[in-house]
Amino acid sequence: MTTTPPVPVMVEQPVKGPRKLTKAELRASEAKTKLSSPWATGIALVMAFLWTIPTLGLLITSIRPQASIQTSGWWTWFTNPEFTLENYDEVLFGSSTGFSTYFVNSIVIAIPAVVIPITIALLAAYAFAWIDFRGRDLLFVAVFALQIVPLQVTLIPLLTIYVDLGLAGSFWTVWLSHSIFALPLAIFLFHNFMKDIPRSLVEAARVDGAGHVRIFFTVLMPLLVPAIAAFTVFQFLWVWNDLLVALTFAGGTPNVAPLTVRLADLSGTRGQDWHLLSAGAFVALIVPLMVFLFGQRFFVRGLLAGGVKG
Amino acid sequence: MRGRDLFKVPAPRPNRTQLLGVTQVSSTQTPEHVKKSRSTAPPVSKRPSISVGAVTAGVAMLLVFALVLYLIVASILGAVPESLADIWPDFVVVSQTPVEKFGLMFLAVGLFVAVMAVLLISVDSRKRVPNWTVVLAFIGPTVAMLTLGLLYPMISTFVQSFAGRQPWTDPERREWVGFDNFTTLFTESTFQIVLRNTLVWVLLAPLVALGLGLLYAVLVDRTRGEAVSKGLIFLPMAISMVASGIIWKFVYEYKDASLPQIGLANQVLVWLGLDPYQFILEIPWNTLFLIVVMIWIQTGFAMTVLSAAIKAIPDDIIEAARLDGVTGFGMFRYVTVPSIRPALLVVWVTVTMTTLKAFDIVRTMTGGNFQTSVVANEFYTQSFQQFNFGLGAALAVVLFIIVIPVITYQVRQLRLSEEIR
Repeated sequence: MTTTPPVPVMVEQPVKGPRKLTKAELRASEAKTKLSSPWATGIALVMAFLWTIPTLGLLITSIRPQASIQTSGWWTWFTNPEFTLENYDEVLFGSSTGFSTYFVNSIVIAIPAVVIPITIALLAAYAFAWIDFRGRDLLFVAVFALQIVPLQVTLIPLLTIYVDLGLAGSFWTVWLSHSIFALPLAIFLFHNFMKDIPRSLVEAARVDGAGHVRIFFTVLMPLLVPAIAAFTVFQFLWVWNDLLVALTFAGGTPNVAPLTVRLADLSGTRGQDWHLLSAGAFVALIVPLMVFLFGQRFFVRGLLAGGVKG
Repeated sequence: MRGRDLFKVPAPRPNRTQLLGVTQVSSTQTPEHVKKSRSTAPPVSKRPSISVGAVTAGVAMLLVFALVLYLIVASILGAVPESLADIWPDFVVVSQTPVEKFGLMFLAVGLFVAVMAVLLISVDSRKRVPNWTVVLAFIGPTVAMLTLGLLYPMISTFVQSFAGRQPWTDPERREWVGFDNFTTLFTESTFQIVLRNTLVWVLLAPLVALGLGLLYAVLVDRTRGEAVSKGLIFLPMAISMVASGIIWKFVYEYKDASLPQIGLANQVLVWLGLDPYQFILEIPWNTLFLIVVMIWIQTGFAMTVLSAAIKAIPDDIIEAARLDGVTGFGMFRYVTVPSIRPALLVVWVTVTMTTLKAFDIVRTMTGGNFQTSVVANEFYTQSFQQFNFGLGAALAVVLFIIVIPVITYQVRQLRLSEEIR
C-alpha cells in the first residue's frame, strides 16, 4: 500500500464545489485505499473455506454407507464416491429413531409459535405508538426491559403453573411459552417501525373518522409488511432451532418433542453412530436452511433493525 | 437501535372525541362519512350510547387478568384445585397421530384468530367506545402473558434462590437457607470451574467473533461475488446450536492413532505428522474447542451487521480522509472503526448475551462433562436432573445478574453516541 498523493479533484472544478467522483474513478481510488491485496483475498478464501467445510463434511457423511463412515474419512469420498439414502431412511422411519414423528412436531410447534406472538405484538406496538393512555411510557419501558430476562429465570415457575393447569407435556405449553418469550423483542421492533410511519398519515385517517382498529388494519398493516416478514423469518428460526424451551416443556415424548430435542438426545445416547447423527442433523436443518435462503433479505433487515433475541 | 428513544416515547395526542366516532366538525359542516354513519344510527343522537360489545370485551379482558392473578396466587399458595387439571378433553392435551397434531394446531390458530377478531370487532363499534376498552383490547393480551410468563416467574425464581432443594411454593417441604446456594456456587470447586468456564466463554467468544466478522466484512467489501462469500459465513446462523454441536463433534472425532481418522481435525494433525488429540476430552483446552463452535456461528452475525454499518459510512468522510492522504490500514483504523463504533457495540453485547444463555452446544457435545459445563448448562442439570431447585434458581439469578451491567453499559454508550451526533 503505497502512499499516493490524492487526486486533485477540487482544483479542476472550483466553482461547482466538491465534485462527485465518477464510478470508475471511485473504483480506481478504492483499489489504492482498501486493504485489497493477494493477502486479503487469501485470508477471505481461507475463512470461507473453514466456515463451509464442517457442514460439507457432515453432508457427505450422511450419504455414505455406514461401514465406510466408520472406517475412512469423508474426504476419501471424493476419490471413492458412494451414495446411499439408507441413513436417511433409518433416521426418519427407523423404530429407534423416528425423526419423521419429530419433524411433524417441529412444524406443529413452529406455526402457532410464530403467528400468535406476532399478532399480539403488533397490536401492543400499535397501542404503544398511537393510542394515548395513562402510564403508557412506563409500561413500554417495562416491556422493553423484559427483553433482557434470561429464559432460565422463568422456566420452573412457569412449568409449575402448567402442571397445576394439567397442560404439562402438551403443545399448548410450548406455544404459549414461545409466544410469551418472543413478545418483548417483537413489540420493541414493531414499535420502532411504527414510529417511523408519518404522523400525518395516521391523523388523516383519524380525521376521516376511522377508529383505531380500522387505522391499524388499513393504514399501518400494509406499511409494516417488511417488518412482519423480517420477524416471521426470525421467530421461525428461533422456534425451530430452540432446545431449552422444548426440552423443559415438551420433555422427550414423541407426542410433542421437536427435532432438536430428539437430535440432542441421540447425540447423548448414540454419540458414535455417525450415520444416524449426520442424517439426523440434516433432517433437522433442512427447513431452517430453506427458510433462511428464501428469507435472507428479510432476515438481515430484521437483524439490522435492532439486535437479536438470545 | 435507538437507545435514547426507548425512554422517550413520542406522544401523539389524539383528540378524544375523534376516537369516539364523532368529529367536532360535524356540528357545523357534516363530512361525507359521518353522514353515512348517521344513516345507520338514530338520527338525533346527542351522544351515541356506549357500545355494549366493547364494554363486554373490556370486562372479559379484566376477567382474564383476574384469572392470571388467581393462578399466580394459587400457585404460590400451592392451592390450585386438582379439578382444574381435569377440565380438558383428552384431544386437547394428548395428540399422537399427525392428523391429531395438525388438527390441534389448526384448532389453536383458529381459536386464537377468532378470539382476537371478536375482541377487535367489539371495540370497533360505531357506538361510543370508551378509551380503556380499546387500550385493553390492544395491550391486554400482552400484559396478561408477560405477567404470567415473565414477571411472576422472575420474582418466584429470585425467591427460590434463597430456598433449599424443594420448591418454595410447597409450604410443607420448603426451607429457607439464606445465601447458602450462592455460597455453594462460589466456594465449591465444581461450581468454580463452571463459573470460570462461563467467564472464558463470555470474554472469548464475542471478541473473536467480532474480530473475525469485522475482518471478513472489510476484506470482502465491494469485491466480486460479495453476496456469495458473505452467505457462506452467514449460513451457520440458520443451523441450530444442536446441529452445530454435532457438526463440530464430528470434526473433532477421535480414533486411535493406529486406525484411520474420520474426524477432519485429527486427520489434519496426522497429515502434519502429529498424534491425534482428544479435542473434547482433554482438560482444560476442551472448553476452547467448544467455544470455537460458538464463534463459528456468531461470526456471520457480526459480519452481516458490521458490513451494513461499513456500507453506511458517508462517502464524504471517506473522500475527505482520502484527500488527507489516509490509505489502507490507516483508513481502517481512523475512519472505518470509529464510524461503526455503535454497530460494534451492539454486536458485542448481543453475542455476549447469546453466549451467556446458550447451553445447547455444551449439552450436545459433552453434556457438561469433562469440566466443560457453563452456568446455563449447570442450571439445567441442577433444576431438571438433580432436582435441586434452590441451586438451579441461584444459577439462573447469577445469569441474570451478569446480564444487567452488560445491558446498562450498552444503553449508556448508545445514548452517549446519540448525544454526540
